[in-house]
Amino acid sequence: MIAYIVRRLLSTIIVMAVVAFVVFSLLYLTPGDPAAVIAGDIATDEDIRLIHARLGLDEPFLVQFGRWLWALFHGDLGTSIFTNLPVTQLIGQRIEPTVALTLCTLVVAILVAVPLGVVAAAKAGTWLDRAVMSFSVLGFSVPVFVFAYILILTFSVQLDWLPVQGYRNFRDGVWEWLRHLILPSVALGTVYVALIARMTRASMLDVLAQDYIRTASAKGLAPGQVLIGHALKNAAIPVVTIIGMGVALLISGAIVTETVFALPGIGRLTVDAILRRDYPIIQGVILIFSAVYVLVNLLVDLSYVFFDPRIRY
Amino acid sequence: MHTRSVLLRSRFALIAAGVLTLALSAPSAWAQGQKVLKFIPQADLRILDPITTTAYITRNHGYMIYDTLFATDAKFQVQPQMVDKYDLSKDQLTYTFTLRDGLKFHDGQPVRSADCIASIERWAKRDALGQKMAEVTESWKAVNDKTFALKLKRPFPLALEALAKPSSNVPFIMPERIAKTDASTNITEPIGSGPFKFVKEEWVPGSKVVYVKNTDYVPRKEPPSWAAGGKVVKVDRVEWIYIPDSATAAAALNAGEVDWWEQLPPDLIPVLARNKAIKVENIDPLGSMGMIRFNFLYPPFNNQKMRQALLYAVDQNDYVLGIAGDPKNGHPCYSYFTCGTPLSSEVGAEPMKGKRDLEKAKQLIKEAGYKGEKIVIISATDQPIVHSQSLLTADLLRKLGLNVDLQAGDWGTLITRRTSKEPVEKGGWSIFHTWLVGPDLTSPAVNFAVRGTGQKGWFGWAEDAKIEELRDVWFASTDAAGSKKAADAVQARAFEFVPYVPTAQFILPTAYRSNLSGVIIAPIALLWNVEKR
Repeated sequence: MIAYIVRRLLSTIIVMAVVAFVVFSLLYLTPGDPAAVIAGDIATDEDIRLIHARLGLDEPFLVQFGRWLWALFHGDLGTSIFTNLPVTQLIGQRIEPTVALTLCTLVVAILVAVPLGVVAAAKAGTWLDRAVMSFSVLGFSVPVFVFAYILILTFSVQLDWLPVQGYRNFRDGVWEWLRHLILPSVALGTVYVALIARMTRASMLDVLAQDYIRTASAKGLAPGQVLIGHALKNAAIPVVTIIGMGVALLISGAIVTETVFALPGIGRLTVDAILRRDYPIIQGVILIFSAVYVLVNLLVDLSYVFFDPRIRY
Repeated sequence: MHTRSVLLRSRFALIAAGVLTLALSAPSAWAQGQKVLKFIPQADLRILDPITTTAYITRNHGYMIYDTLFATDAKFQVQPQMVDKYDLSKDQLTYTFTLRDGLKFHDGQPVRSADCIASIERWAKRDALGQKMAEVTESWKAVNDKTFALKLKRPFPLALEALAKPSSNVPFIMPERIAKTDASTNITEPIGSGPFKFVKEEWVPGSKVVYVKNTDYVPRKEPPSWAAGGKVVKVDRVEWIYIPDSATAAAALNAGEVDWWEQLPPDLIPVLARNKAIKVENIDPLGSMGMIRFNFLYPPFNNQKMRQALLYAVDQNDYVLGIAGDPKNGHPCYSYFTCGTPLSSEVGAEPMKGKRDLEKAKQLIKEAGYKGEKIVIISATDQPIVHSQSLLTADLLRKLGLNVDLQAGDWGTLITRRTSKEPVEKGGWSIFHTWLVGPDLTSPAVNFAVRGTGQKGWFGWAEDAKIEELRDVWFASTDAAGSKKAADAVQARAFEFVPYVPTAQFILPTAYRSNLSGVIIAPIALLWNVEKR
């Protein structure tokens, strides 16, 4: 097991190196020049040339990449071209809202989606099943921002229960913190609920058709015990896998959600940086996202041992 | 077992107490009993240096924390701001300025002559009008800590106008040690002597900018008028809350979560106007002006007749609707100098006025020898004002039988691509659109797009010696009548040469909660004098 984890972590380093190179190359090739953005609308070629030289953007690709890599090895993700603030500081400012939003969404989604999927599978073919599946289709089909606007209009503008936008730090009070996360989490969680509920239902239906489930029922176990104690645990592996894969979905969804609810998170930091060609931020954030994604998938793989003791690493 | 459960219970109690403390903890001290003005700015503040960039959001940030030696008022008159008194020698070659008492930077240091000189010298390296003034400057000299002199090589009647320049780049005054920074390197210490202090620790780029009242600031006694007069701050703290999504911004203003939204998109005006707790107003007396800018290096727009053809075809009313959504928020402006300002006129503008004459336009295109060359219009879909103009121009050019390729990307791509001097087959361009605020187009001194300096000039690289000569004549004019006459001559030549086609003058209204009062009518959102009840 430990050898497996070490092997996976080592492979993560290789993945990250590839990501670093690809991201840097893509940004180098992408049209756009931060010097032109900095200079503003009222600028001349000379203004832009001076800024170009100051930022070292006129140097060859390999020199720029080498300098960035060297700094990376020393734990320095660079400095924002625009704000002159260290990228680590900018990410540090933004990490809390994104982590809070992602965790809240995960919790809400799992707490809602897994029971929905189990119930739909247990009542397969009934109106309840069809209702859950219809909700699921709706969740997939309606874009996050549409849900978000409906929630804002209903719960913030009409009912005045929850704030429209913004984020409060956890240290400013749990209730204030939570109030600012409810609508974004629900908006972002809807698609995730749909995804997990469908996967749970399909996986449960598969397991419920197995002989040992019929045996358990024949032995007189209560339906609840059969569903939760025997079926759900065995149906969990595909569900956990989809939850792990869905982290990418969450990250991309967080960009939209953070924009609509004006949450100062990593998603918005990334979009703003892309629009302005603030290369050090884009590179730093993508590296971190990649690392998180790789590690989440490692955790998912490791969790298989818990759900299925036959799996060994 | 007992011990373990006791331990667990005590741990639980500790955690619960911690959470409860957090839950009940009061928000930061600043929020208690303080008047906080929450303001949605037009853009996100990224660059803190108002000299290295011409971005309007950075200019507005500059007005918050810096002060200026002079300022232009609502009657376009130059008024002293940091300066207490000044005089001009009889030979008109030496200005002597004396600073007001009590001027202090945010770090507690007094404002000295050396600070002013260093700041103006840095500004003059970047700003076009500043550069013009630098050409005729013999020296800046500190007489003492409060008095300094500007010695000129020859009379320069625009010296005070330059020091009172209201829009980018504004000659803000910084401490000497900061103003000594290279003029193309961003400063990192935002310390001024203006009415607000920047709270760097609370700055979250892309989200929030915080300013607090500068309690040491000594305002002038005169009432505020644009950036001139008394800058009396009536709130304790200002938060710029950047909300990129306009529907969310509207909802936040409707719900009272913010107090003021600087610039509304036209489609949301009716939504906010229905709320009686919100005032939707045009507080910008000059508005902004759109423009069609050509690439002068390649066919077909290196031909004057091709550019003139557009003067006969463009209907500014269409552009008003396209940009501002409602005729109430704009109007045609047949002038290269902002309509409503002293130098605006309609001299030479006949081709743009009256019924549009597409046949005349087609005739000019024929005379120009147009051979079907591809016209690439570069546009930015994330900039509605740019993109709406691009769509209208593309449609118009197609109606004229031209071969148009509208290439839309984002603003970052557009402003990079427009630097390209290659032909369209190699990534170049033929036309781009932009817009500038009224104060940036009021005269031949500040309207950089009307110039003809060729490769050294603005993108498009228009070259016309005649317009430059006429501009120099304007600079040399010494009285108002002479200035007007010379400006008319520049404009007449501009309508002949067509460095760009003005598309419309428009206003993006502002919206604020009705518990605010004292909002200053000005072409820039100025946050002093605003009271929150």
